[in-house]
Amino acid sequence: MQTMSGAKALIKALEKQGVKEIFGLPGGANLPMYDELFKSNIRHILVRHEQSAAHMADGFGRVSRRAGVCFATSGPGATNIVTGLATAQADSAPMVAITGQVPLSMIGRDAFQESDIIGIANPIVKYSYQPTTAAEIPEVVKKGFYIAETGRPGAVLIDIPKDVQQNDAEIPFPDEVKIRGYHPWSDPDVVAIEKAISLLLSSTRPVILAGGGVIISSAFAELQSIAELLMIPVVSTFKGKGAFPENHPLSLGPIGMHGHAEANKIMSEADCVLAIGTRFSDRSVGRFDEFERNLKIIHLDVDPAEIGKNQSASVAVVGDVKASLRIFLRLLAQKALKKSEQNVWLQHVTEVKDYWRANLKLHPGELTAAKILRKLREVMPAESIVTTEVGQHQMWASLFYDVIHPGTFFSSTGLGTMGWGFPAAIGAKAARPDLPVVDIAGDGSFNMTENSLATAVLENLPVIVFLVNNYTLGMVAQWQRTFYDRRMIGVDQKHCPDYVKLAESYGAQGIRVGSLDELGHAIKAGLKSDVATVIDIPIDPEEDVLPFVAPGTSLKDMILPS
Amino acid sequence: MVWAILSLLVENKPGILFKVTHLFRSKNFNIDSISVGVTQNPEFSKITITTIGDEKQIAQIVKQLDKMIDTIEVKQLDEKKTVYRELVIFRIKLSKASDSMEISNIANAFGAKIHDARKDSIMLELTATPDQINNLQELLKPYEILDIARTGVAALQRAGD
Ligand SMILES: Cc1ncc(C[n+]2csc(CCOP(=O)(O)OP(=O)(O)O)c2C)c(N)n1
Repeated sequence: MQTMSGAKALIKALEKQGVKEIFGLPGGANLPMYDELFKSNIRHILVRHEQSAAHMADGFGRVSRRAGVCFATSGPGATNIVTGLATAQADSAPMVAITGQVPLSMIGRDAFQESDIIGIANPIVKYSYQPTTAAEIPEVVKKGFYIAETGRPGAVLIDIPKDVQQNDAEIPFPDEVKIRGYHPWSDPDVVAIEKAISLLLSSTRPVILAGGGVIISSAFAELQSIAELLMIPVVSTFKGKGAFPENHPLSLGPIGMHGHAEANKIMSEADCVLAIGTRFSDRSVGRFDEFERNLKIIHLDVDPAEIGKNQSASVAVVGDVKASLRIFLRLLAQKALKKSEQNVWLQHVTEVKDYWRANLKLHPGELTAAKILRKLREVMPAESIVTTEVGQHQMWASLFYDVIHPGTFFSSTGLGTMGWGFPAAIGAKAARPDLPVVDIAGDGSFNMTENSLATAVLENLPVIVFLVNNYTLGMVAQWQRTFYDRRMIGVDQKHCPDYVKLAESYGAQGIRVGSLDELGHAIKAGLKSDVATVIDIPIDPEEDVLPFVAPGTSLKDMILPS
Repeated sequence: MVWAILSLLVENKPGILFKVTHLFRSKNFNIDSISVGVTQNPEFSKITITTIGDEKQIAQIVKQLDKMIDTIEVKQLDEKKTVYRELVIFRIKLSKASDSMEISNIANAFGAKIHDARKDSIMLELTATPDQINNLQELLKPYEILDIARTGVAALQRAGD
């Protein structure tokens, strides 16, 4: 055991954890840890707002599958990360946030920059803890990472009072930690998997529904093998977009409120769904009661509390989905399967898909959502990482940007946080500097965290912002046009700011495009650039996202382009 | 709707009760009663919660509680195989000369103890099931109940069941 300060113990514990970068912003209550960070080899990536630090850590975590780390000071620093914690937790992203707190003796006295961040964050994190002695810190850190990264991943908050950072103590660094009440995995039940297989094989109109859990557990190969072995069409939730290659003949794309017409159609005709790693969000299934009707559900999930939460299952398999799918495949291999490539159902699925893909009515004009996103796909290398903001552009990305390499598409799908995509892209770039990273953005969303351009430029994390600019809070505008008789309020963003000048003022590259050709060149320029690039793509503010399943209705009642 | 008794073994650390009760709030479930106390092992506390919901909701809250990192064990106790009791203390107003006698009789019938007998008020203490306590309360209604304190249910499963 060594004698050292709590702050030093913290940094050492993070080093032992293999942390190489921390996103953050200092203040009085976390200065002791910053001073120790100064002495360490961990890279500090300075943000301009703590919300972005949390989103960067989140993006880093989703891409690397290791918890991203962010630092914030007490009080306003800590409250600024709340949106980031909630966003990561809602999408099961591994993240560890470490906040400074006022000294123990000041807690509860409304001290300067005191906030009960543990109390504030409790309902939106997987775990939160405030060590009260320096000696506890390494153990708390080790537990925090273990909890954040295992089972269903999530956000962990560690709040350290300033005197606990400053105090010297004999500090143990445990090699292992035991958490009595935490059992991240249970072994998948083989009998249940056998039942699932018979149910699936006895169905006539089966569909695989891939959720975010497939991406989290990297079960891509297993999913693809099962789909191909049984020739079952694959739809995904929006969170599961890109769990299965979207250029695959069996792929139908995401279902849900802004799902693909063919995916929603086939989903509502299916008699059996193999749902893998999904929580059946209302955005995916529409009306729960309608969804369940005439449909046998086989539900695979790592989180036992997801079974029966939103949707009852005919067969449930609890366990890591990759582990479950492996057993599934092994058992399948033992069955003599009849070749099912030519079955009626699959033929029907293909017809539906071909019909909708051929008859998709698109907005007229040069720079329309469909055209620009298909251009992006065409120019970006297949393995590029994509993040998105929240709004119409996000749904257009769902419809028109095919994910080819599984697990390269990330979006705030649970909380739906505008301003997430850009900092998350920067975090993703920090995790994978070797890959191109692009944030598909709306102007409203980008406006929320655009000051992260400073971080992207100064920290040499060149990402592309693909700004689908309709000068409006487009998704809200679409709802006002559709459901509120065109009473447009609070949505007009006019031409402010000028995003090209904005990018340039940060030392980034700003390009405005007026044609598809120019767009192609701009994307290539962004790929080559060693600074961040903002590509401003003006589109018609009146363009709607269609098809669309109105809230509270079922998938089969989607609104189609007229 | 069913009435459920949930028994939780949790880490005896500050803030855990807050996390447990907050879970009920965030999932939009109601707590009917709650009692907490340390166990024979000072590292653990036992929390007994009674709640009302449909079976699906109860199953879901059990899973959510189980998922909490600070809960060691979560059980839904079978009412028939469980000893469960709640403590209540009433203060009753004595308005007429006959009240004192009548209330003593009621107390005797329930096995309730009498405390702090005064000229104008009297206290009753009863340890019983919540139903029995409700019955007692019903019978005391004609007299004015000045104050009441209930502890929430404590419960243990019988051995062998
Ligand atoms: C932080 C936050 N505030 C508000 C909303 C509600 N909201 C959802 S979409 C949207 C409009 C998004 O506008 P923009 O980023 O310009 O994208 P567009 O829809 O125009 O593509 C709004 C305001 C949200 N999701 N997140």
